[in-house]
Amino acid sequence: MRCSEKLRRVKRPEPAESVSKLRSLFRQEFEMHGFWAIFKRELKSYFTTPIAYVFLVVFLFFSGYLTFKNGFFEIKQADMVMFFVNLPLLFAFLVPATAMRLWAEERKSGSIELLLTLPITVSQAVLGKFFAAWVFLAIALALTFPMVITVCFLGNPDIGLIVSGYLGSFLMAGGFLAIGCFFSAVSKNQVISFVLSVVACAALVSAGMPTTMNYLSTFLPMGLVTAIESMSFQTHFESLQRGVLEFSDVSYFLILIVGWVVAGAVILEERKAS
Amino acid sequence: MISIKNLRRSFGPIVAVDDVSFEVQKGEVLGFLGPNGAGKSTVMRMLACFLKPDSGTATVCGFDILKNPLDVRKAIGYLAENVPAYNEMTVGSFLDFICDARQIRGKDRRQALDRIVPMCSIGSVYHQTIETLSKGYRRRVGLAQALIHDPQVLILDEPTDGLDPNQKHEVRGLISKMAKDKCIVVSTHILEEVEAICSRTIIIARGKILVDSTPEELRKKYNCSLDEVFRKITKGKAA
Repeated sequence: MRCSEKLRRVKRPEPAESVSKLRSLFRQEFEMHGFWAIFKRELKSYFTTPIAYVFLVVFLFFSGYLTFKNGFFEIKQADMVMFFVNLPLLFAFLVPATAMRLWAEERKSGSIELLLTLPITVSQAVLGKFFAAWVFLAIALALTFPMVITVCFLGNPDIGLIVSGYLGSFLMAGGFLAIGCFFSAVSKNQVISFVLSVVACAALVSAGMPTTMNYLSTFLPMGLVTAIESMSFQTHFESLQRGVLEFSDVSYFLILIVGWVVAGAVILEERKAS
Repeated sequence: MISIKNLRRSFGPIVAVDDVSFEVQKGEVLGFLGPNGAGKSTVMRMLACFLKPDSGTATVCGFDILKNPLDVRKAIGYLAENVPAYNEMTVGSFLDFICDARQIRGKDRRQALDRIVPMCSIGSVYHQTIETLSKGYRRRVGLAQALIHDPQVLILDEPTDGLDPNQKHEVRGLISKMAKDKCIVVSTHILEEVEAICSRTIIIARGKILVDSTPEELRKKYNCSLDEVFRKITKGKAA
């Protein structure tokens, strides 16, 4: 009796303390002002520097050019397959180009010391930057609307197919971006982070290409080849593009994004001052 | 308001800060002196919660730098040595960003800007991008950023480095003006500055505190100028 009373007296303050600690942690992490401050600044900075305009011009030109070069007219179908099919390779180069500056520039110029001595947590900063870049890519995708108009003008396309194609492209852009964000946190040098993330993105895209699959199946067991295939962007993007909104495809991209973003935040916490 | 206990930090084999402890009260201006690489900036970075100490801790306004880093950052204004800023932004939008991050909104923001812009005399460059500014203006923008939320504790890493004599005089005036109701830590290489503004001085070398005194006392004790005192202390102990 006595013993238990003593125990209770000793033990009691602990949970209260840990709860309040947890609560203050939650309060810190979910105070959104830090996120919004960074989000706003980042998104604006795309348009106050030439980055946005160079990116948009190059992206819109090539996405349109490749569509028509691949035979948009020749197949005589009012759909956007010829447009979406180019996006994985185009994104594999262009998205790392937008992502490479996210943290590398911040660390090189030393402005990270300003950013992380403001009352902002690392996770807020990482998410703020990631979503700003993702919204920028969404704007770039939205600006391909003349393609939609063209298709609608020429025939009666399946709108559902177009919508799911855009959703797939948006998710895929997020996946590439998360990878680029991670490699940007890895190196101070923008060129290094660009090259590393292009390699990573290209590997994930090409893993699902038929030529790669054929080659791999010559020396790898079938199970391993399908495992590699199911990890590639290509496979999941293609099924979204066909208008099949499957849980496994959407969750693939979401898990990919969360994983790389969290890894980026961990790396950044580790290396912010070096 | 600042209390540092046994702070230690090393970078690989180099011990940058070795068991440093001191306290600074409200109304004090602490001049933080030491040769290059003595560990001044490292101590300041740890106080601003940018670097984590290997061991030891510090509290700022009652908040622990390890347990409540966000509250510490809210309470302090910090100007880093190389005056980090976003070069592509205009001074105005940069200060807006700082206000966003520090949750200064609406009327408060207008008041804060009305106070800080004339105070740091950056009105004439308000619409210029930061990359076009001269070193002096850049540093003043950095100061404005550190002062905009009227912090209780100010940590300034070489705030007058690279300024011309007039600007140095202005910044010193600014610091002296704020001194009585804040707690200020200033690192510097300019010893006349210490005599002009600091009520206390700490000399640090190789990560260790060598002297903790006031400028007057030091001069009396060694019976020579502060320059010579500095040389005697830092060279004598190193040898």
